[in-house]
Amino acid sequence: MASSPKLNAKIPEGVLENKWTKYRSTVHLVNPANKRSLEVIVVGSGLAGASAAASLAEMGYKVKVLCFQDSPRRAHSIAAQGGINAAKNYQNDGDSIYRLFYDTIKGGDYRAREANVHRLAEVSGNIIDQCVAQGVPFAREYGGTLSNRSFGGTQVQRTFYAAGQTGQQLLLGAYSALQRQVGMGAVQLLARHEMMDIVKIDGKCRGIIARDLVTGKLERHFGHAVLLCTGGYGNVFYLSTNAMGSNVTAIWKAHKKGAFFGNPCYTQIHPTCIPVSGDHQSKLTLMSESLRNDGRIWVPKKQGDTRKPTEIPEEERDYYLERRYPAFGNLVPRDVASRAAKERCDAGYGVGASKMAVYLDFAANTERYGKIQATKLNLHNPSKEEIMRLGKEVVKEKYGNLFDMYKQITGEDPYELPMRIYPAVHYTMGGLWVDYNLMTTVEGLYALGEANFSDHGANRLGASALMQGLADGYFVIPYTIGEYLSEEIRTKAIPTDHEAFVKAEAEVQERISKLMNIKGTKSVDHFHKRLGKIMWDKCGMARNKEGLNWAIAEIRKLKEEFWKDVRVPGEANELNPELEKAHRVADFIELGELMCIDALDRNESCGGHFREEYQTEEGEALRDDEKYAYVAAWEFKNEGSFELHKEELKYENIKIAARSYK
Amino acid sequence: MSHGNMNLTLKVWKQKNKNERGRFETYQAKGISPDMSFLEMFDVVNEGLINEGKEPIAFDHDCREGICGMCSMYINGRPHGPKEGITTCQLHMRSFKDGDTIVVEPWRSAAFPVIKDLVVDRSSFDRIMAAGGFVSVNTGNAKDANNILIPKDDADTAFNAAACIGCGACVAACKNASAMLFVSAKVSQLALLPQGKIEAKNRVLNMVKQMDEEGFGNCTNTGACEAECPKEISLENIARMNREYLGASLT
Amino acid sequence: MSNTSGFLFSSLGKKVVMGATGLFLVTFLLVHCFINALIFFNDGGLTFNIGAHFMGTNWLIRTMELVLFFGLVLHIVQAAVLTRENQKARPVAYANPGGNVSSSWYSRSMGLLGTLLLMFLIIHLAHFWVKSRFTGIPTEDANGHEDLYAIMQETFKQLWVVVVYVLAMVSLAYHLLHGFQSAFQTLGLNHKKYTPLIKKTGVCFSIVIPLIFALMPLAMHFGWIK
Repeated sequence: MASSPKLNAKIPEGVLENKWTKYRSTVHLVNPANKRSLEVIVVGSGLAGASAAASLAEMGYKVKVLCFQDSPRRAHSIAAQGGINAAKNYQNDGDSIYRLFYDTIKGGDYRAREANVHRLAEVSGNIIDQCVAQGVPFAREYGGTLSNRSFGGTQVQRTFYAAGQTGQQLLLGAYSALQRQVGMGAVQLLARHEMMDIVKIDGKCRGIIARDLVTGKLERHFGHAVLLCTGGYGNVFYLSTNAMGSNVTAIWKAHKKGAFFGNPCYTQIHPTCIPVSGDHQSKLTLMSESLRNDGRIWVPKKQGDTRKPTEIPEEERDYYLERRYPAFGNLVPRDVASRAAKERCDAGYGVGASKMAVYLDFAANTERYGKIQATKLNLHNPSKEEIMRLGKEVVKEKYGNLFDMYKQITGEDPYELPMRIYPAVHYTMGGLWVDYNLMTTVEGLYALGEANFSDHGANRLGASALMQGLADGYFVIPYTIGEYLSEEIRTKAIPTDHEAFVKAEAEVQERISKLMNIKGTKSVDHFHKRLGKIMWDKCGMARNKEGLNWAIAEIRKLKEEFWKDVRVPGEANELNPELEKAHRVADFIELGELMCIDALDRNESCGGHFREEYQTEEGEALRDDEKYAYVAAWEFKNEGSFELHKEELKYENIKIAARSYK
Repeated sequence: MSHGNMNLTLKVWKQKNKNERGRFETYQAKGISPDMSFLEMFDVVNEGLINEGKEPIAFDHDCREGICGMCSMYINGRPHGPKEGITTCQLHMRSFKDGDTIVVEPWRSAAFPVIKDLVVDRSSFDRIMAAGGFVSVNTGNAKDANNILIPKDDADTAFNAAACIGCGACVAACKNASAMLFVSAKVSQLALLPQGKIEAKNRVLNMVKQMDEEGFGNCTNTGACEAECPKEISLENIARMNREYLGASLT
Repeated sequence: MSNTSGFLFSSLGKKVVMGATGLFLVTFLLVHCFINALIFFNDGGLTFNIGAHFMGTNWLIRTMELVLFFGLVLHIVQAAVLTRENQKARPVAYANPGGNVSSSWYSRSMGLLGTLLLMFLIIHLAHFWVKSRFTGIPTEDANGHEDLYAIMQETFKQLWVVVVYVLAMVSLAYHLLHGFQSAFQTLGLNHKKYTPLIKKTGVCFSIVIPLIFALMPLAMHFGWIK
């Protein structure tokens, strides 16, 4: 297989370990005087967007930042709980850049680009340094050094964290760096603004059309380069752990204007979320993966067992992850844990009212901690109650906020009863295809963070999303953007009355009028929920050919119905949340179709993509490296028609093998 | 259990935009399940309004798990409603009784003008942050993270201050619409850490100056902010800011 | 730098002035209470009149009296400025302003309590201070000191005066209950170890001092002391 001529990944020559260092030292530069007249638009203000905007402004570029929320600090990076990986080897447990690189490639089921992942591992340490310098309050040991913990899919402790709020603290660090530049006038901040389309002139991206969400006014913004840092599209499933506003619109519009979409079907289903409780539910809540450090996952050995979990004796419990994967046990990667939960529930062993849940039980480790505490306190022959009380104190200190959150949502006390959990959509590995410079197939248009497809292959390891977002923003784009902008120093700012801007704005205006004038009978949410159900049932944790074909047909029908029957109340020239949602859902519907097409094309199982036709006898994912060791990059041709381009994945430094966590 | 059997009366502030006058409107919320979150109850009401051809109620929300700080409802006289230590999105309907009347208002402050219905403009917080809520360190200037040793207690206290989500409940709760808990949380976090100490003096002066210019009220130490803060940020931070400010002004 | 001049006009600076003058007034209360409590010797006011004579003639006390006046005016003026600013900070009031769940009523009513105290202060000054400093006290006691004690006995014969004084002391108690610990918080004196102590001291002070003051008119009116 050879890569499509339309996909030049621009991976530097040389040995893997030196590629980035060499490239960074030879990439073209822009002199400080020229930077002042080069304008960069950053769409999105999460980890990738805020860090990129701050870093570029520090370097001297003129930067504009847009976010749809009321403040850049609200971006959904803020909700990441567990931590951020870095190959610091502070724990002296044998970690290294190579090991982080290897774990990430393997965790991604050998579907990520070697050079990108290695670069990610190389800069991971710098991220921690940068964040600490900004005043991010990471957890520390009594000696004053940084603390680490374990995450799934690794056997070293390389995860840095700030209680269960790591994403929040990292985002606030990046946000403060961004606000510093705003205060200095180097960044213009446009909050409550949503990108509606990109503007292309002579094949290059030269700006965007944005909507001021408060006044409804459309605005034209010129930029020598545009960075899309708009996160993932998990909300295509309606129910996910994403924020309500997280959407695909920016990258979908870019896709329709020529940016190829990479691996759209790769979706991460997180194994430990609070199960759905009813059809009123608007979102799902994640329980951090860190809980799997001390929680044991099990179901009853008997089908349809209705006893209370505490009444089921030890020998009648099936700790299926420990049984199936003794080497990694409860800390297998997310895709593996999620599939195993689904397998048990489908086989009739599920628990709770819906029977679509498994137990995450802290009793065993509470007891273990209790015994350790009792020893520390010199208690001889403590009673079982005493031990459990001491153990609960330890568990509370480690996970108190998560336990409170669980209790708040379910009304059940996880200190007394095991948590009920079930997998939920969490992250999308797919995104806009980008080259080594993070540039999409549209010149001058970049995608960073979750919005691109680049580093996680078919499955992302825990605590790696924060790492990638900040790596892209702080340490990759500031260098790689020079390669393009050094050629643009002669390009004067293009006035926004240029015909391309006028035309793009008119198209957006027309779409708004169309949405407002359908005046149908059903709300936007009605369509979104139906789309979500199709996607979850047929393109979720398990997929098959028949189901995907059915889903594609259903989505096409849904799209037609949407454009005939949606009702958008209010007016276009005011704050109108329903209109915002309508735009987003219209794009989700189109994306859903492409996700199914991609899933149908990939006749193998890998990472988060599990095709029921392709599994081993033990039910493990069965890859086909001969035929599918490629990135699927889809080109938009016209409505409902996409062309596949393949980027071959070459593994020169890792021996590609069946992924085993047994 | 799809929908439940709670019926409630809502009195909600409706205001078309910043310039027009607002008023209360009464809505019936029917068939509400106690398992719904407060915002999901609003989703149900809005869905009903859309189906009846009426305009839904605008409100801010995003993550719906209590961390983004976007949701901002003043419910029955309390920001984020009757429960402590949570945001509106984490408030569940089991905290109310069938037949209750619930009054829902936007945050009220001169520095938080209403944009529409329950949506307010909190960009004043961003401007305060831009005035000094940072450590002046450009990307790439950092040394190895473990070169800076920080006592665990200081790190933990800084973290507790940094847990602020910038929702503005402190301003909403304060009888003077003062923003001191918000400002002091950031001042404290950075004043407690060696990285932030270097520019601590200018930080507190500039942030307080910006806070005053935005039109927030003064602190009279009633403690309502601490009591209503969904992240339970401590009043100690305000004392620390007072100390920092006094020190910075008089030296 | 203009730090120091800007300080007094900043929100935090004004608060510091409130706190500092407040604590200064607290020390005055302590002295005032001590001197007046001399009436409880129940010796026909002989000891008390010695104290009053000292307070009225000692040059240091007389100087401090000026400082006290200045401090009081500053406290009142700043309070008025702050109250106005705070009202402007919330131009549209809540329909449901909430109750006492998150803060105590007296912490929110310092302006009201302060105004009541100011009104009381005018009455109180007219009763005693104006007489002792300006219009003169007609009688002398056995020691030959001006008999301020007699004036007190005369004044507190009227029941309405006693009622006003007692109510004013209730206002003072609540004003102090919030003000005492609040001043320390404003001055940045908040510490895990000492704050609970400050708060307890504040509560004791707020109860004991106004109680002693309130006992004076009561004791005289009902003849518990002669």
